[in-house]
Amino acid sequence: MQSLGRALPLRRDPAPSRWAYRMHRLWLTPLFRVTMRVGMPAFFLTLALGIYLSDPVRRDSFAGVMVAAKDKVTERPMFMVNLLSIDGASPELADAVRQKLDLHLPQSSLALDLDAVRVRAEKLDAVASAVVWLGAGNVLQVGITERQPAWVWRTGQGLMLLDADGHRIAGLATRADRADLPLVAGDGADAAVHEATAILRAASPLAGRLRGLIRISDRRWDLILDRDQTILLPADGPVAAVEGLLALDKAENILARDLVAIDLRNPQRPVLRLAQAALDTLRQSQGLIVPTESKT
Amino acid sequence: MTDLYQSQRAMRNMRKAALQRGVIAILDVGTSKIACLILRFDGLEEGVEPDGVGSMAGQTDFRVIGAATTKSRGVRFGEISAMNETERAIRTAVQAAQKMANVRVDHVIACFSGGEPRSYGLAGEIELNDTVVKENDVARVLAACDVPDIGEGREVIHAQPVNFALDHRTGLGDPREQIGNRLACDMHLLTVDAAVVQNLLYCIKRCDLELAGIASSSYASGIAALVEDERELGAACIDMGGGSTGISIFMKKHMIFSDAVRLGGDHVTSDIAQCLHVPTAVAERIKTKHGGVHATGMDDREMIEIGGDSGDWDKDRRQVSRTELIGIIRPRVEEILEHVAERLEIAGFAHLPSQQIVLTGGASQIPGLDGLASRILGQRVRMGRPLRVQGLPQAATGPTFASTVGLCLFAAHPQDEWWDFNIPSERYPARSLKRALKWFRDNW
Repeated sequence: MQSLGRALPLRRDPAPSRWAYRMHRLWLTPLFRVTMRVGMPAFFLTLALGIYLSDPVRRDSFAGVMVAAKDKVTERPMFMVNLLSIDGASPELADAVRQKLDLHLPQSSLALDLDAVRVRAEKLDAVASAVVWLGAGNVLQVGITERQPAWVWRTGQGLMLLDADGHRIAGLATRADRADLPLVAGDGADAAVHEATAILRAASPLAGRLRGLIRISDRRWDLILDRDQTILLPADGPVAAVEGLLALDKAENILARDLVAIDLRNPQRPVLRLAQAALDTLRQSQGLIVPTESKT
Repeated sequence: MTDLYQSQRAMRNMRKAALQRGVIAILDVGTSKIACLILRFDGLEEGVEPDGVGSMAGQTDFRVIGAATTKSRGVRFGEISAMNETERAIRTAVQAAQKMANVRVDHVIACFSGGEPRSYGLAGEIELNDTVVKENDVARVLAACDVPDIGEGREVIHAQPVNFALDHRTGLGDPREQIGNRLACDMHLLTVDAAVVQNLLYCIKRCDLELAGIASSSYASGIAALVEDERELGAACIDMGGGSTGISIFMKKHMIFSDAVRLGGDHVTSDIAQCLHVPTAVAERIKTKHGGVHATGMDDREMIEIGGDSGDWDKDRRQVSRTELIGIIRPRVEEILEHVAERLEIAGFAHLPSQQIVLTGGASQIPGLDGLASRILGQRVRMGRPLRVQGLPQAATGPTFASTVGLCLFAAHPQDEWWDFNIPSERYPARSLKRALKWFRDNW
């Protein structure tokens, strides 16, 4: 080979080496490129994180740091809830709600689940519905709508207050405590309380004499009047039966008679059961028996 | 012959695969420069008849996305003489082009000018089985061409059917579905030295690339530099390269003759270097800066500083007039053109209806060459530049890149070659059937 001489100083070979050429081509391969630029960093990041967190001590300390950082934010005074205010409930119910909610105040509003609070408040029988919101000055406001007692329900366990929908509200010590409310008794009376309301409304002319209603076999109602008079109502159409009875009473004054029971279960044929004295008198007048006075 | 058929078919399949992938590289291995272009194929041009010419001559379906040129090393007369050097130069060019395109290429179409190309005209004739020409019949008539003795150690690189004749009608471009009894065809066969092809193949393989096609550079520059009517009516393209000068004659859109003179611009440079006692690089600079072929009175007064770095005052202050320089250049250029004229005469160029000559290639840029050429070759000489190709850098649009651009067009619209047709069934070697039977016996 002849020398190039001094006129042309030896320059670096511009050709890429075999390996440089191959690496360049490899780098231009799309799959390789994606692997190197996305896959490898992701892999090493995951690996480093995995190695760091594989030690339980470090994991705990890491968790502690995270919790501390979270607490630092959530426990700032502007997020703290200090007071619970319950509106629209009687003092006893308010106390019950307060106990039921069982909030450990002060608590951070960020950690408070208002929906859960509402659900917990509504779990109380006496609460029809509750509204929970975070009021001004970080006061937790709970608006309560109470259930209104409409019935007293006598059961084997004792007396119970029911609302107009038959939902139980609270127990009752004595009947005299709520003498203003009508009385129902019998199993399943709470479920059929709407029917009872309709019967009661139909029987309003008898209100002075009405003692209460008894649910028989969770199927039909008995109307109990004073003087231990019982009116047996049919399972179907009890209101019509009551209206029929009232018409009969108006015409014949039947309820003033000495009857023990009026059986209206068959609407075609009401059956009367007379008291013993009345029965005796009836039979004497028919000459079936001799009056006891004449015998003695 | 079957081996060649198989390897060419394999190359064609590879080219199809590359076109499917959409990226292919063009590699022009020349004596003075190695150029690499990377093409991206997007989609076919709309509304062009298969044989017709669209608004952009069918060049809209590809785009050059990477281009690089490097000084060639280890190549003499268009043939690889120092393989390591050439491999490095190819690597340089390919890497730079890949970097520009930002895409990896695996398939490359290459062209070279050396290998002493020789043209043969072949003729074949068959009787048709039924009266309609089918694709199978075209394959049969191509197979019926009697192949001349191409010599030991030579290989076919182009075998293109250039003309079909059906009964007494000749000049058919596509005889399929036509009716007749006798089908005849003319085929143009171009052979080169097998060793040259092998070297190039090996070199490209060492660069981790796969060869998807190979072409003679005189053919490629003919595609690029000749315009449509010249190719139709008959024209010769003279590609004056660094180490060799390629000649290709086109007629009816097909190449019908190709040859090469093993003289080129590098010989002019070495003449200057020898006469003026300067290094080759300086001689090349003087040639490109002050070269010419017509001396005028003005040139006597224009003194050129030769320069030098010897330390001897007298040697370093030498000057030559431009006339002297032209006196060195002109005889060599005349010699080249005379050789070309001789080859054209052998080829029977004088009998063509149109005798257009198009000069292209790097050495054709000498000022005044067209005047000199028209005196030696004939009156109808023009300087040719390659067609415009989408995305080609401005630096690569000169006549130097005629064969590179031609190779792009070759890649986009390949000419049907012999091996594109299925080999007729009677020509299948019986050996493969025997081998199948043997396998069956051995395994059952």
